[in-house]
Amino acid sequence: MDIGNETLGNQDHLQRRWSHLRKLLERSGPFCHPDFEPSAEILNFVMSSCKVLVIGAGGLGCELLKNLALMGFREIHVIDMDTIDLSNLNRQFLFRIKDIGKPKADVAAEFINARIPGCKVTPHYSKIQDFDEEFYRQFHIIVSGLDSIVARRWMNGMILSLLSYNEGELDQSTLIPMVDGGTEGFKGNARVILPGISACIECTLDLFPPQVTYPLCTIANTPRLPEHCIEYVKLIQWGKENPFDCPIDGDDPNHINWIYEKAQERARQFNIGGLTFRLVHGVVKNIIPAVASTNAVIAASCATEVFKLASSCCLPLNNYMVFNDVDGIYTYTYEAEKNPDCLACSNNVKTLDVKDGNMKLQELIDSLCENPSYQMKSPGITTVIDGKNKTLYLPLIKSIEERTRENLKKTLNELGLKNGSQLIVADVTNPNTIIFSLRMPKENDMVVE
Amino acid sequence: MASPAPKSPEQSEKSKKYDRQLRLWGDHGQAALETCHVCLINATGLGTEVLKSLVLPAIGAFTIVDGKKITEEDLGTNFFLDVDSVGKPRAQIATQLLLELNPDVKGDYVDECPEQLLENNPNFFTHFTVVIAIALSERVLIPLSKSLWAANVPLIVAKSCGLIGYARIQLREHTVVESHPDTQNPDLRLDRPFPALLRHVESIDLDGMDLKDHAHVPYVVPLLKCLQAWRSQHGGNLPANYKEKENFRMEIRKCIRLNEDGVPEAEENFEEAIRAVNFATLPTGISKDVQDILKDDSCINLTSKSKPFWIMARALQDFVANEGEGLLPLRGSLPDMTADTTGYIALQQIYQQESLRCAEIVHRRAQHLVHHLGLADDLITEADTRLFCKHASDLAVVRGTSIADEYDPKTPNASYITQQLDDPTSLMVYYVMLRGVDKFYAEYNTYPGEFNVEADIVKLKGCISKLLGEWGCTSVAKDDYVHEICRYGGSEWHSVSAFIGGCVAQEAIKLITGQYKPVNNTFIYDAITSNTETFTF
Repeated sequence: MDIGNETLGNQDHLQRRWSHLRKLLERSGPFCHPDFEPSAEILNFVMSSCKVLVIGAGGLGCELLKNLALMGFREIHVIDMDTIDLSNLNRQFLFRIKDIGKPKADVAAEFINARIPGCKVTPHYSKIQDFDEEFYRQFHIIVSGLDSIVARRWMNGMILSLLSYNEGELDQSTLIPMVDGGTEGFKGNARVILPGISACIECTLDLFPPQVTYPLCTIANTPRLPEHCIEYVKLIQWGKENPFDCPIDGDDPNHINWIYEKAQERARQFNIGGLTFRLVHGVVKNIIPAVASTNAVIAASCATEVFKLASSCCLPLNNYMVFNDVDGIYTYTYEAEKNPDCLACSNNVKTLDVKDGNMKLQELIDSLCENPSYQMKSPGITTVIDGKNKTLYLPLIKSIEERTRENLKKTLNELGLKNGSQLIVADVTNPNTIIFSLRMPKENDMVVE
Repeated sequence: MASPAPKSPEQSEKSKKYDRQLRLWGDHGQAALETCHVCLINATGLGTEVLKSLVLPAIGAFTIVDGKKITEEDLGTNFFLDVDSVGKPRAQIATQLLLELNPDVKGDYVDECPEQLLENNPNFFTHFTVVIAIALSERVLIPLSKSLWAANVPLIVAKSCGLIGYARIQLREHTVVESHPDTQNPDLRLDRPFPALLRHVESIDLDGMDLKDHAHVPYVVPLLKCLQAWRSQHGGNLPANYKEKENFRMEIRKCIRLNEDGVPEAEENFEEAIRAVNFATLPTGISKDVQDILKDDSCINLTSKSKPFWIMARALQDFVANEGEGLLPLRGSLPDMTADTTGYIALQQIYQQESLRCAEIVHRRAQHLVHHLGLADDLITEADTRLFCKHASDLAVVRGTSIADEYDPKTPNASYITQQLDDPTSLMVYYVMLRGVDKFYAEYNTYPGEFNVEADIVKLKGCISKLLGEWGCTSVAKDDYVHEICRYGGSEWHSVSAFIGGCVAQEAIKLITGQYKPVNNTFIYDAITSNTETFTF
């Protein structure tokens, strides 16, 4: 069944689909948003003007598209860089066996447009980083169902960079609310971010579970768990033996098999039990367990919030809900607090404290990665010395990396950095650079110490 | 290419497809799912959302019972109907479109009104693993509740009403071996060391070690040594209060090696021992919940109809009273800790072997009971008892109540309801509202506010006052809430249905797999404030 969009405007009888929504939008109620004025115009806005961007067409994305389409939204865009895999089918319900290998965004959009006449989902088989501010500015609301923390942080940085201020006052027309959902097994969370107003992703970085890592010396010398054996093969043995002349690809069964066999050998050698193929696969690919039900719950919660934001029918969630149905069904709703020194959303000058000018550039970079409130991935740093730009280190461009690598071993003093020097830091976690003012104890302070 | 001949196990398509959920409930949970048969009564938007989250993970089969024809309004809330299907049987189209989701699942439908089906064929519903009923009027709900209660088939009732969602689970008894608690203290038995552990720890001479070895002894060893020393100086007692624990930590700290300048070396294993004092010096005991299971009538008085769970529980109880000397079988897992490989593996094996020894005793006792009850020898396998013993500290039993009883005005729920209604943050008010809507529907055959909000506010208020009166509640119907419910006019918000649908599906999966603890027994969702609450009737 495929109905062209042109003909839909004439299918007035299908308007009765929306009678459920009309009841709520055309009647006043005691628990509405204080500014809510019931009217038929609201549904018109939702259906013909409101533009929503869905980020991710995976477990949450499929659910979100369905929910938004059934809540009357028609101008929907969806971005996803992945193609469909067999292991998606236990929850990503818009995909079938025949779709394996096709872009998720394309298949999801086509399915929704066919099932819900009038709905116009536009797919983008791309990375979020492929689009600029102009693209993101066209949306009224952004809703994300991502499995990557880095992508979430990048998106958060993007909506913050769209804000404009007039004499310190936020220009409300530049504010695009972001609704964000996340799941892991039977746990999940949904949140509403009003950029510049409420806590952003970066304000609450500590809410993400820390990544499990094992000390290299344990992996190399004193393995105890099957995970240690797997990490050994992954981090050390693969590089040494280079069995397929390429980096590890978690989706290549030959790679997983090789790692499984080598890890099995190592486990046997150290008398370590419990190494299974499923475990190897999970550790190598960093697999997060997922079920249909949790995705359904969290996406539903996000869609409700998108509808509230679009229609003003209720106050939106303020601003964070956690969900867990391991033991009964538990939810907890609270207001995550804005961090006044947030790297992404505060307008304060950011200072970076260092112990003294003898610190090496490498140590400074390590601290940007390890500090819980920065958690950067591969920062590049430039500075301004005597009015001239100077690149200290850029990891992502090969030629510049090679040219600047030796700076890593130099001290801040040697690089000409002083108390108050500006560091311009770029990282994959943010589309914008962050400017730090370096703070070093003065010479005489150190003498006193 | 230096690749050896592959020796990896061949991954079946099925284990690849369901990989992300197999990591949660395992192959045995999946097997239970794949052999079940779920019945859905009424394929509304909420109904198909529930089935979606059951068909995707692959229940064995479903049957939809629904006598309605598809309306245009249905299309606005139900993803599993399409525009061409208006006027066709809802059960038929929903079944077709849901089956497209997963070729591993079988599905059929009965295009008949559930009330008639129940009247004509009272046993129809008693053959399912779980029955899920959506938007049932009281007139059908009560007899269905009675019939399934008698047949011991779990029933989940769910509603989606404007911005409010509701789910109610009716089950007689549900037993859980694997409840998968989020957090759990390790079972180390340092207060009651078993002989093999004691022998192992005593055989290790910490003082004779060089620094490298000393810093790589698993923390259990110095901790147990220090604890034994402490007890010999304190009349056999464990450090009990904050002060004693602090002193005990100091004792452990004294065992850290000093360098030639008298400065303590960095020994992470000893730091771990100090951090473990909090839980590792607690007396090992049996939680109240597990004690209740061991004292339960079903555990004490076994019959030939007893479920394997209760036979194993009885074997466990006998173990506790005899070989266990008041303790449950050892769990047998050792958390990771700073240690060299041999030291850690040796300790791990001591814990594992003791755990297996305990499980074997429990298994022998269970076999004996099975034999004594005249049941089949293979009713309980060794793997069953091992799993049971491993999870002995978090076994759970849920005993429910019937919906028919809950709806009977003679059931004394008044004080519970009144008490909750007095709390302005409690969602109990929506329970009362939804019961009022049931009563309204029974009386007027429409939903309040379906056509006229103002007139229905008065009528709904009347219904609720009557209900409160019947229950003997002194509370009054709150105007704001009555108004809000009438505003909904029986409409269904898809996102509210999707939320409740996901929750209900997961509760069904818990009942089918016997893993994770289900809600007991009533769940309310308020999408206005994004809050939820559980009540027990």
